[in-house]
Amino acid sequence: MAIQKPDTMFKNIDHKPPRKDWMDVPADIKPGRYCYAAGPEPLEYVGMPNPRKWDPLDKDWKLPENWENTIITGMKERLEKYRSFKIFMDICVRCGACADKCHYFIGSGDPKNMPVLRAELLRSIYRGELTTAGQILGRFAGGRKLTEEVLKEIWYYYYQCSECRRCSIFCPYGIDQAEITIIGRELLNLIGLNIGWIAQPVANCYRTGNHLGIQPHAFKDMLEFFCDDIEEIYGIKPEPTFNKVGADILFVTPSGDVFADPGTYTCMGYLILFHYLKEEYGLDITWSTYASEGGNFGLFTSHEMMKRLNAKMYMEAKRLGVKWILGGECGHMWRVIHQYMDTMNGPADFLEMPISPITGTRFENASSTKMVHIVEFTADLIKNGKLNLNKSRNANVRATYHDSCNPARGMGFFDEPRYVLNNVIDTFHEMPQGTTKEQTFCCGGGSGLNAGENEEIRMMGGLPRANAVKFVHDKHDVNMLSCICAIDRATLTAMVDYWVPGVQVCGVHELVGNALILPGEHERETDLRGETLPGKEEE
Amino acid sequence: MKAIYSLFLVFALILLAMIGAGTLGMEYLFGVIIPYLAVLAFVVGFMLKVIGWGKSAVPFRITSTCGQAKSFPWIKENKLENPSSTWGVIGRMFFEVFLFRSLFRNTKVEIHDGQRIAYSSSKWLWLFAILFHYTFLVIVLRHMRFFTEPVPYPFVLLDRLDGMLQIGAPVLYISSLIILAALFYLLLRRLLIPSMRYISLPSDYFPLFLIIGVVITGILMRYFLKTDIMAIKELSMGLVTFRPVTPEGIGVIFFIHLFLVSVLLFYFPISKLMHMGGVFLSPTRNMTGNTRMVRHVNPWNYPVKVHTYDAYEDEFREKMVEAGLPVVKPLEEKSENAENKE
Amino acid sequence: MYHSKKIIPGLIIFFLFMTFPFWFNIGGEAYVTPELVLPEDHENCIESVEFIRAEHMTILDQWRDAYVRDGYGLYESSLTGEMYAMSLTKTCMDCHDDKEQFCDRCHDSVSVSPYCWACHIEPEGVE
Repeated sequence: MAIQKPDTMFKNIDHKPPRKDWMDVPADIKPGRYCYAAGPEPLEYVGMPNPRKWDPLDKDWKLPENWENTIITGMKERLEKYRSFKIFMDICVRCGACADKCHYFIGSGDPKNMPVLRAELLRSIYRGELTTAGQILGRFAGGRKLTEEVLKEIWYYYYQCSECRRCSIFCPYGIDQAEITIIGRELLNLIGLNIGWIAQPVANCYRTGNHLGIQPHAFKDMLEFFCDDIEEIYGIKPEPTFNKVGADILFVTPSGDVFADPGTYTCMGYLILFHYLKEEYGLDITWSTYASEGGNFGLFTSHEMMKRLNAKMYMEAKRLGVKWILGGECGHMWRVIHQYMDTMNGPADFLEMPISPITGTRFENASSTKMVHIVEFTADLIKNGKLNLNKSRNANVRATYHDSCNPARGMGFFDEPRYVLNNVIDTFHEMPQGTTKEQTFCCGGGSGLNAGENEEIRMMGGLPRANAVKFVHDKHDVNMLSCICAIDRATLTAMVDYWVPGVQVCGVHELVGNALILPGEHERETDLRGETLPGKEEE
Repeated sequence: MKAIYSLFLVFALILLAMIGAGTLGMEYLFGVIIPYLAVLAFVVGFMLKVIGWGKSAVPFRITSTCGQAKSFPWIKENKLENPSSTWGVIGRMFFEVFLFRSLFRNTKVEIHDGQRIAYSSSKWLWLFAILFHYTFLVIVLRHMRFFTEPVPYPFVLLDRLDGMLQIGAPVLYISSLIILAALFYLLLRRLLIPSMRYISLPSDYFPLFLIIGVVITGILMRYFLKTDIMAIKELSMGLVTFRPVTPEGIGVIFFIHLFLVSVLLFYFPISKLMHMGGVFLSPTRNMTGNTRMVRHVNPWNYPVKVHTYDAYEDEFREKMVEAGLPVVKPLEEKSENAENKE
Repeated sequence: MYHSKKIIPGLIIFFLFMTFPFWFNIGGEAYVTPELVLPEDHENCIESVEFIRAEHMTILDQWRDAYVRDGYGLYESSLTGEMYAMSLTKTCMDCHDDKEQFCDRCHDSVSVSPYCWACHIEPEGVE
């Protein structure tokens, strides 16, 4: 489906809500703003409820019998299991501080994309079905009954939230819409309401170890294909190991890096770095075909599914007998690692305290989970002068940095990537205040929403980020948007093409790889993308 | 419409007190029984609600990370906005609870021509919210002069400070002016800003109108429709010493004031006003963010079905061997116990 | 309940704060409205008792303004029609000549601190 031109879309932004009360405006499911539903196969594979073929545009969603009860009981159960959920249902005062913080609201003007209303969609059910005041006073107490129409509305808008948590930092009570959305989607999945773009990767990941369903031999092939490319560029071919028992470190990264440009260049960056560390310091890092996915679309499905998919990382680390785990550049993968992994699948007592074998640095901040972010790993190497870098190879790059939501608002990972960037490139410009660090904007396609069919809402949601990029592009001629998230790399590419043509997207380790001088390399002509290196144009 | 319903409701409550305590002379009901029940409902209701929250587990440690996390010694950690220690959490909670830190961050989005989006600082809500809450506190504390004998010096001092402008007699309280201004700001933004009007519920207008009612009846009683303050003190002291009396000569305005306060107390535990307790228990702000450093235990963590490596190798062994990937079991043998395990 | 070590102390603090007036008065004597020593040689004040109770501060405030702006004036009682000098010292304190026994009794009880005595000499000991 073709979408509007950027200037038309921009002109059409209207933040004025309709006059009618929001409870009287049923959701109008618009093509371009929703993702297709999942077919039965992926659900059957992982044993999720109500597998069937269904279409959100149909009137009949083929809901299971007694679905209202399933949702209400599920809600009750979760109110007891998650204090966060219970408090967030009870204490919102609708002060509106969050209202204009959501990228989907800023770009679409759809009032139900205001975080407060997104939460109210569920809160009204909580009040109407589970509190005495709401049961008696109904709408006067802000309560609604759970009807099919309301359910459709929740599905529609809970798959227009990318769980980026930007609203939550402005909330005076710390109400985290991401947690509400996570639980909302978990409830929807109880009766088989999902989207294909999440359900399929979940099933793939369960079976093959990664979202894309890449089987072990193909995974190895793809990485070796990158190694061939690297050989062409450097004259040296890295030789990564796979599933190697007794390696020092297990490396896990999102499979998006193995599969889709420009993530693939980031992946080449990892391979170059690991080769360098092996040659110079004898560090043995292995890749796993079984735990070949850092991302975890279970997070967008249910807590249980998140745990089922995440379990592979520790299981594989244990099987291979590595000392600790190194994680690639990925957003929600790191949210899962930082906030859930140790609690769900730990304690990781079979691993060692993560210490960089090269610098001796103890990663105290990862002492329990025993998983280190590759950016902090590299930052430490650079700080200790262990990498032989030639910044000038990135002289064509005028970069800015996109704080990916999850490392930013799920970890507080701000200075490490900036430190690395400043050591591998000359020109770096921050985007304007209010759009970076803890106030960063989503790429528009996080939390499993980076599908093709919802392009319109992705471009709308991507606008705040793109607009900040446009600012530094116009002012400082920035031509590269760096980030540390695989979903970002995929969605931002389309998003900047739409809003800010002329800017490219890359991972931080692409720039690290390109700047790294491999021992014994031949004279290089091109960068990782095959483009001529600066200074080589005339020859 | 939602605002008008709520306004009518408050008027109805006023009328009820007027008829009840005034016309029908049910002073004991409005002056003793209802206030007692209201205090009981408030204290017990509040505590039950908090205990109810306490009964829910905190399975994960998901804090809002609004600053640099603890990292290398050479990276400056933001100890308040992303605390890794208990002291940091205490500091963060102090700023949240007493200074409304997060609201202070508030920005406003503006869409400009030429495809430009701007974000500007917007602190009005913070300002009026903090003015409202603190003057409300001052007013409550000031009222302690009716509930203590002799009145402890801090309350006397507070009263003098509040009246230090010495305008008129009885002297004008600064807090009366500020709280009215703040309440009307909070009300008008809901009524006039379209998006605020859209998200507001009757349960947002009702407490506003109710508190405005309490404030206005209080002001009327102090400055305009005066009544015998000594008799009121006798009543209030009777209440708190459990020797309830309803002395002669108390004007109906007092009973309206007291009834609206009672309704506020009843309403408190079942409403959004519980944010007073919730702000302390909100899991995103009252915990450390060092989840990778210190393991958080989920009390209801349960085993799940996972896809084991053995099951994985069984499915792909042939392809793995062909691709030169190491396998645990050679091709011929099929693993026997490679079922998916719990 | 989870985290009871933090929640219960919090609730105890809440309980103590919210019930402050109840426990603060435990053991105290029953509250009685202070008795005022009234002048023996007068039947009534310049206005009815109810009016004076509610409005004395307003009257005094008006008298002060009148005096400061226009000099001494006279006040006509709506109770008896008698004329009184608009003067705290000459009219009020003529009968109520003991601040401690009269003014302070109520003012202290409800924590009112009128600033009459910032200018006027306290009646006590004037005789």
